Amino acid sequence: MPAFVVAVARLGFLVLLWIFVFTVVGVIRRDLFAGARSSRLVAAPRGVGASGGAASRPAKVKRGKAAHQLVVTAGQLAGTRITLGENQITIGRAEDSTLVITDDYASARHARLVPRNGQWMIEDLGSTNGTYLDRAKVTGPTPVPLGVPIRIGRTALELRP
Amino acid sequence: MTAPAASAPPPAQPGAAPRPRRGGRGRRNAELGLLVLAMVLVAAYGAAVQASMLDTITGTFWVPAAVLFLTFFALHLVVRFLAPHADPALLPAVALLNGLGVGFLRRLDLGGQEAARRVDYPVFAGVGGRQLAWTLISVVLAAALLVVVRDHRMVSRYAYTLGLVGIVLVITPAVLPSSISEVNHAKLWIRFGSFFSIQPGEFAKLALLSFFAYYLVRKREVLSLASKRFLGIDFPRGRDLGPVVAVWALSLLVLVFEKDLGTSLLYFGMFVVTLYIATERVSWLIIGLLLFSGGAFLAYLLGHSIGGPFLNFGQRVDTWLDPFADPYDKGWQLTQSLLGLGTGGLFGTGPGAGQPNLVEEVKNDFIFAGMGEEVGLFGLSALLVIYLLIVARGLRAGLAVRDSFGKLLAGGLSFTLGLQVFVIVGGVSGLIPLTGQTTPFLSAGGSSLMANWLLVAMLLRISDAAGRPAGEGAAGPVRSSGTGSAPMRLHGAPTEVINR
Repeated sequence: MPAFVVAVARLGFLVLLWIFVFTVVGVIRRDLFAGARSSRLVAAPRGVGASGGAASRPAKVKRGKAAHQLVVTAGQLAGTRITLGENQITIGRAEDSTLVITDDYASARHARLVPRNGQWMIEDLGSTNGTYLDRAKVTGPTPVPLGVPIRIGRTALELRP
Repeated sequence: MTAPAASAPPPAQPGAAPRPRRGGRGRRNAELGLLVLAMVLVAAYGAAVQASMLDTITGTFWVPAAVLFLTFFALHLVVRFLAPHADPALLPAVALLNGLGVGFLRRLDLGGQEAARRVDYPVFAGVGGRQLAWTLISVVLAAALLVVVRDHRMVSRYAYTLGLVGIVLVITPAVLPSSISEVNHAKLWIRFGSFFSIQPGEFAKLALLSFFAYYLVRKREVLSLASKRFLGIDFPRGRDLGPVVAVWALSLLVLVFEKDLGTSLLYFGMFVVTLYIATERVSWLIIGLLLFSGGAFLAYLLGHSIGGPFLNFGQRVDTWLDPFADPYDKGWQLTQSLLGLGTGGLFGTGPGAGQPNLVEEVKNDFIFAGMGEEVGLFGLSALLVIYLLIVARGLRAGLAVRDSFGKLLAGGLSFTLGLQVFVIVGGVSGLIPLTGQTTPFLSAGGSSLMANWLLVAMLLRISDAAGRPAGEGAAGPVRSSGTGSAPMRLHGAPTEVINR
């Protein structure tokens, strides 16, 4: 076998090896971003999806101030902490809620927290006793600032960075 | 409640259903593409080996790669149907390492033959052929794990059984007579006759990790909260140290009776890191490092003063400190390995052009040195980056998965894999004292290959749970089990209880 072929095989293998490495990195990269976008769209309510792609950038810029945790500050589940992702959080007595609360004053499907362009919105789902953001009753989707208690019956929840 | 909010869920449903599925299929197609690329690489390696060793490229150079491709393709199909959201990079990366391992072992077989006979050397013969068979078996096992374990949380139900199995597996070689369990001065084996032997410690890793993860999910509050502050670091209470001290003692027993530093470092590191992941307390890492280095140093001193069971370890440290002090006897393995790596230089001598057969144990422990001679630093770093990517994807699955058990298991599994690579590559390159660990996926040997493929199957399963959009599939069983008291209901749900 000519030395030229051996040299090509030797270096070609190394080059191919690194091409593989970078292809894997590329797939991972694409997967990271594709995953983030699609789950955002799934979680967001109707009408938000269209603007989701464009709005994801400004949301990332102010990530330092964005809410990352939902903490239960009062009630039976006090101390529970949920790490916020891209998906909505449903609160209620129903078993399939993200946060199942055993509060006598809570409804089966009481309220939900929905991320919208990096801002979490609380939305009452027609509960019997209502959802309160600090002192005000929540009637429509309302943005939730950090550290302001959401009250559902005897339970209070807060967003934390 | 406002009108738009009320009507939001129903229209979102039909749009939401196909989208995640498309995401899953995209991942699977990417996986298949990478797998094809990986197998092309394995075939190219085979061709390059033949070009320099046989002086010709025979018509069969692609056969091992094709067999491997069919095997991995079958596993890919299993993943496609049973874990559609699993990580796309894991399977091809592991497949490449495994394939290169098979290719390199076949190259060693060729190197063991006389030059004239190499052309006629059968494709499925020798260590390379055996490794191919082991790959087949391991992939079948991995597929079986994916079929049986549909939800990784299922494993936590058998945690105590697995813990017991793990300890039995660790201890068996230590108590068995040396004639059955000792190979190369390390008592890590169970030998059935002269042909077949298994290394139970490889499987013990997985069993013990499942138990650690389960135990720590139960105990994490106590371990992370009841602590004293000292020098700005939270230290746990004395009585909470019990389990960690127990595992430390176990790992020291392994060190003393099985004469293997690597395995003991592996078990101990595994436990300390799962503990760290569970509690987020840096103090555990500090305590772990201190305990281990203290224990190892003590064993070294004892090895020099009283010898006995510690003698082997003391000698290994001496060899590490100065491999060229006794280059023809005690330092033989390490010096050959270092010389091999040095000969390779930056770009290596080329596949098939080196002399890896000179390195002792090049099929098992020193495979990295053998490959290093031929692919050079450039190639070795690519291999290390591939390991790194596997570990990173495993940790990523741990970050993304929603339940604590899965987080701990994925974190522990991928860290263990990384630690094992560190221990053996560090040993081969003279960074740490050499210990007889296998290089995951590369080394010849069925136990290691099977155990590591099971590990990857578990990571695939967890990454599938992590990548699955919320409210689909396996989320069902957890939520339906939430009928107990409040903490019971939270157990396994996507929450972390801290009770602060």
